[in-house]
Amino acid sequence: MQLNLEVNGQVLQADDVWAGESLLYVLRERLGCPGSKNACEQGECGSCSVYLDGTLVCSCLVLAAQAEGRAVVTVEGLAGAGLLHPVQEAFLAAGAVQCGFCTPGLIVATHDLIARNPAPSDPEIREALAGNLCRCTGYVKILDAVRLAAEKAATS
Amino acid sequence: MDIYRPASWSEALEVKRGAPESVPLAGGTDLMVDLNFGRARPQALLDLTRLAELAGWDRDNGRVRIGAGVTFTTLIAELAPELPGLAIASRTVGSPQIRNRATLGGNLGTASPAGDALPPLLAAGAEVEVASAARSRRIPLEDFFIAPKVTALEGGELIAAIVVPVADGPQQYSKIGTRNAMVIATVSFALALHPGRRRVGTGIGSAAPRPLRATEAEDFIGGVLAEHDLWSSGAPIPEPASARFGELVAAAAQPIDDVRGTVAYRRHALAVLARRTLAWAWSDYRSAA
Ligand SMILES: Cc1cc2nc3c(=O)[nH]c(=O)nc-3n(C[C@H](O)[C@H](O)[C@H](O)COP(=O)(O)OP(=O)(O)OC[C@H]3O[C@@H](n4cnc5c(N)ncnc54)[C@H](O)[C@@H]3O)c2cc1C
Ligand code: FES
Ligand code: FES
Repeated sequence: MQLNLEVNGQVLQADDVWAGESLLYVLRERLGCPGSKNACEQGECGSCSVYLDGTLVCSCLVLAAQAEGRAVVTVEGLAGAGLLHPVQEAFLAAGAVQCGFCTPGLIVATHDLIARNPAPSDPEIREALAGNLCRCTGYVKILDAVRLAAEKAATS
Repeated sequence: MDIYRPASWSEALEVKRGAPESVPLAGGTDLMVDLNFGRARPQALLDLTRLAELAGWDRDNGRVRIGAGVTFTTLIAELAPELPGLAIASRTVGSPQIRNRATLGGNLGTASPAGDALPPLLAAGAEVEVASAARSRRIPLEDFFIAPKVTALEGGELIAAIVVPVADGPQQYSKIGTRNAMVIATVSFALALHPGRRRVGTGIGSAAPRPLRATEAEDFIGGVLAEHDLWSSGAPIPEPASARFGELVAAAAQPIDDVRGTVAYRRHALAVLARRTLAWAWSDYRSAA
């Protein structure tokens, strides 16, 4: 099966897609976008988080064929080429990255949170990131990064 | 494996008539896990996410008709005033990523006794609208679930919508799990007060092979409220009556021992949830009166 979808603003074509493939697999293995990570394939960890037509989803739970003709934005597409988005800068500045496997998903989920709620409270941050697991940091610096990202967004 | 991607509801029903073995796919939050792990290899998938007919809800004649493709995120954002019990339950589902994608129709289709939408829909008296290319029919929700993963859907039928009476009184839902976020209920309970009909509705989750109503408990507490005319006086429910209500709810369950909890724990917890949700709802009713 052949699929056409928009990824980070560019219309891309994937060939020889098996009907049961997930969007995550197609992004990583067929379209050269390895930013979204595969850590569970069951919706539990959030490391595959992307936008599908502007909605935050786990790309491992979207059938690739369901994304035909739709617009996907991955962590690679949040800032212009070679640039970092303020959310990415905040994660670096706060030291919220250790092994980094969870980071792309957390960045996309944080980006979505701040777009919906520019000044989230701590409980709101925890609720918004409940579907993103990190096995390294203990989350303290991740919460710092989200607060910093919200401040950056408010002052920019 | 084939994939059908109909662009309209009538086309979807035609596909399902011609290919009854095709498995509907909505948000994929249940089915994709099975596909990813090789536990499901259907001959064909039937993608329902392009059907505008399933994606919205409307309100008519005291009832809300919710398209099968409406997500938990939409239920929370748009239907909390009409269906507060369902909205409370929807907030407990998964994570934002899951709620953005998971649909009400998929929660029914999976027919897990732990499905969080199911107890509040039972307590509210919901019906399922199912359709095939030939006809459409409505099934009371309590008759829709037969066993885990088994529903009353016949070959060629799809879930079109869920029809729920607008809340006529306070509603509550409570769920026990190992943490607040992202858990399957160990046990759950929904309660709806129906002051207009002088009835109390219930729904039990995760404590039987299918979600259940506790009809004896409903009759008992309805009798107590009527006998003492508490609906009019708004006086507190006598403690022995709410304790008995809890016992009857626990007795209605048919729990099993599994990784999430034991029979004894589930029965005990259900009695507690039943008493608590009754107390919360009754206090809402009294303060509104
Ligand atoms: C990480 C994670 C957390 C979760 N947490 C919860 C939770 O807290 N509470 C909870 O209740 N559930 C939870 N779930 C389960 C799941 O999200 C829900 O059951 C959801 O409602 C399924 O909806 P869907 O649209 O994603 O279904 P799909 O996976 O697309 O389909 C589910 C089933 O329903 C059938 N189906 C779908 N639509 C129709 C239709 N219109 N007609 C006939 N059959 C249909 C499908 O064929 C399939 O058998 C969780 C899942 C994950 C992955
Ligand atoms: S890989 Fe998708 S949620 Fe874990
Ligand atoms: S930094 Fe390693 S999983 Fe989060």
